[in-house]
Amino acid sequence: MTVLLIALGAAIGAPLRYLADRAVQSRHASVFPWGTLLVNVAGSLLLGALAGWPAGPAVSALLSTGFCGALTTYSTFSYETLRLTRGGHRLLALANVLGSVAAGLAAATAGYAVARALTG
Amino acid sequence: MPEPFEPRTDPDVDLRVPADRRELTARPATILAVIAAGGVLGALARAGLQHAVPHPPTGFPWATFTINTSGCLLIGVLMAVLGHLDGGHPLARPFLGVGVLGGFTTFSTYAVDVQQAIVAGAPGTALAYLAATVLGALVAVGLGDAVTAGLLRRAAR
Repeated sequence: MTVLLIALGAAIGAPLRYLADRAVQSRHASVFPWGTLLVNVAGSLLLGALAGWPAGPAVSALLSTGFCGALTTYSTFSYETLRLTRGGHRLLALANVLGSVAAGLAAATAGYAVARALTG
Repeated sequence: MPEPFEPRTDPDVDLRVPADRRELTARPATILAVIAAGGVLGALARAGLQHAVPHPPTGFPWATFTINTSGCLLIGVLMAVLGHLDGGHPLARPFLGVGVLGGFTTFSTYAVDVQQAIVAGAPGTALAYLAATVLGALVAVGLGDAVTAGLLRRAAR
């Protein structure tokens, strides 16, 4: 059952990352990878909230391991940073690393705090 | 040899690459299904490794660290191979890059594990994990790309 729930969450999360990335890029012609940053921060916010919520194993498999895990990505983030560096955009590469880590951590902290406040 | 993938920054989808722009309208169901299938495989592999090597809230998340750094090495290898093949099979990047490696690696678990280590009173572990993953991931992706591209260039001569 756990395996099926993880699979279901991932089957939604991975295509949603692709679609969100496309949507951001079609509205925002920029060399900076805003689309990946958005999904990574949104996923960190949701996973932070789930960590502060008394979620059962089924919800955790579906939303935490499956959905948030597949929605967010480290491989895309690192490859984009490499490409920015190679393309001569060193400052953007540095901003991507520092911005992603800071925003992801802030989102996780905020999600956790809100969930804890709501559940007392 | 010129790099055929040139304007690409984003391995998931980069709308400056004409083939990426066209792929979703050309066959939306196939692209999304292939990404979903790859994402399921990657996520299950990640869940299996995390289950096999659990960590306490104050401990170093070795499983996720290994998952993220190895996934970054592999995206470097994959994109160098696809670049060498002029993009390769049109479903290779969506399945392997967006799906399998995107589903295998995770940014949210990384961020939340750092945050949970701080909450658990282990800021040293949190900082070590935060820095080691970023540095490890960037070294891995650069190595995967450079070594693969070098080998392919040598083989092509």
